Amino acid sequence: MSELQETARKLLSEGTVSVVIGYEEGPRGVRPAFITAPAQADKLIFDTRCVQNLATYLNPRRKQVAQLGRAAVVVKGCDARAVAGMIREKQIERGNVVILAMRCGGVLQNPETNSELTTQTVSVRCGGCTVREPKLFDHLLGELPPEPPVNTHRVEQIAALMKMSSSERWTFWTEQLSRCIRCHACREACPMCFCVKCTAEKSQPQWIDSSSTPQANRAWQTMRCIRRAVAWIAWNASAHVPNIFRLVCWRATLPTQ
Amino acid sequence: MSDEVEPGNHHAWSPNVVAFVCNWCTYTGADLAGTSRLKMDPNVRVIKLPCSSRVNPLFIIKAFERGADGVIVSGCHTGDCHYSTGNYHARRRFAILHDLLQFMGVEEDRVTFAWVSASEGNKWQQVVNETTARVQQLGPFAPSEKQNGGVQ
Repeated sequence: MSELQETARKLLSEGTVSVVIGYEEGPRGVRPAFITAPAQADKLIFDTRCVQNLATYLNPRRKQVAQLGRAAVVVKGCDARAVAGMIREKQIERGNVVILAMRCGGVLQNPETNSELTTQTVSVRCGGCTVREPKLFDHLLGELPPEPPVNTHRVEQIAALMKMSSSERWTFWTEQLSRCIRCHACREACPMCFCVKCTAEKSQPQWIDSSSTPQANRAWQTMRCIRRAVAWIAWNASAHVPNIFRLVCWRATLPTQ
Repeated sequence: MSDEVEPGNHHAWSPNVVAFVCNWCTYTGADLAGTSRLKMDPNVRVIKLPCSSRVNPLFIIKAFERGADGVIVSGCHTGDCHYSTGNYHARRRFAILHDLLQFMGVEEDRVTFAWVSASEGNKWQQVVNETTARVQQLGPFAPSEKQNGGVQ
């Protein structure tokens, strides 16, 4: 039994928490798990396929999860930042959550098709990671793995973009954002999206067109970027944001020159 | 007006500039510029708001989306806010937005942040003329989208 499973079982059997939110093996790869019985704790796993940010389940808008009672959540270093962000924005209370922080050596870009962590398969968000050992935790678990293999650092990617002319950058982003189908899954996955009424759903005035036109996509993504920059959550809050756009989020959190 | 744009012929074209101004300082300053009969470029449409901190970054994005070629945001000087701290909030927000817009490929000169007090009619004139001249130089904003009827 791993250190994670042991800790989860202990927390549940002692009654410290009534649910542990973690990762389990599902029929189609790793999926979020809500463990409520100590006997189920051995289902919990943690490896390079655990890309999702489970901090989002602490979001008060997720009423079904809140009904389960006091929660412990399995987080990577980057997810712990999201928890910190939620605490800072007064969405959750520090005392109401137990953070099971995993030491992490990077996750896969596409866990459905890859299993080994190489420079080709590693998630872009892992480049230049400074939180392999999470900073916010109640229980710090696992061994510290080596640094994730990275071919391009975010700073270099940004520098390459800034070398382009304004119109080239505009075209670049328009192309990138044309992939967005406005399913709003990014909003669902994002721990920092906790507005009761989303700007995207406001119709008087309609700030953001509901169809996926270039203008509407740009408005939607820019708004989310600003929101995140303001929330200071950095670039990797949710797994469903296209990687290239994480870059903007991250860039937006940099001090202005 | 931007509807009559001939591609590549900037002389026949003059920009649309939207100005978001605060009620207490810049709007009064703009009023002073008007009553003083200061000559200004007629391209700027003023939108009066209670405070510069009322300017949601979405206002600016929306302005561009709906056909503006440039945007001015102006409020009270730091320390002079009618609501004590509104312009400080605005300043922080714009620092992020300014950087982000540049990263998105919007030319820096299209967005002007200025602080104009109620007595600075001359400064308002200057802000208006300078911004219009800069935007005129840059040409229409995202002309391909405008031609495709993307802008309503």
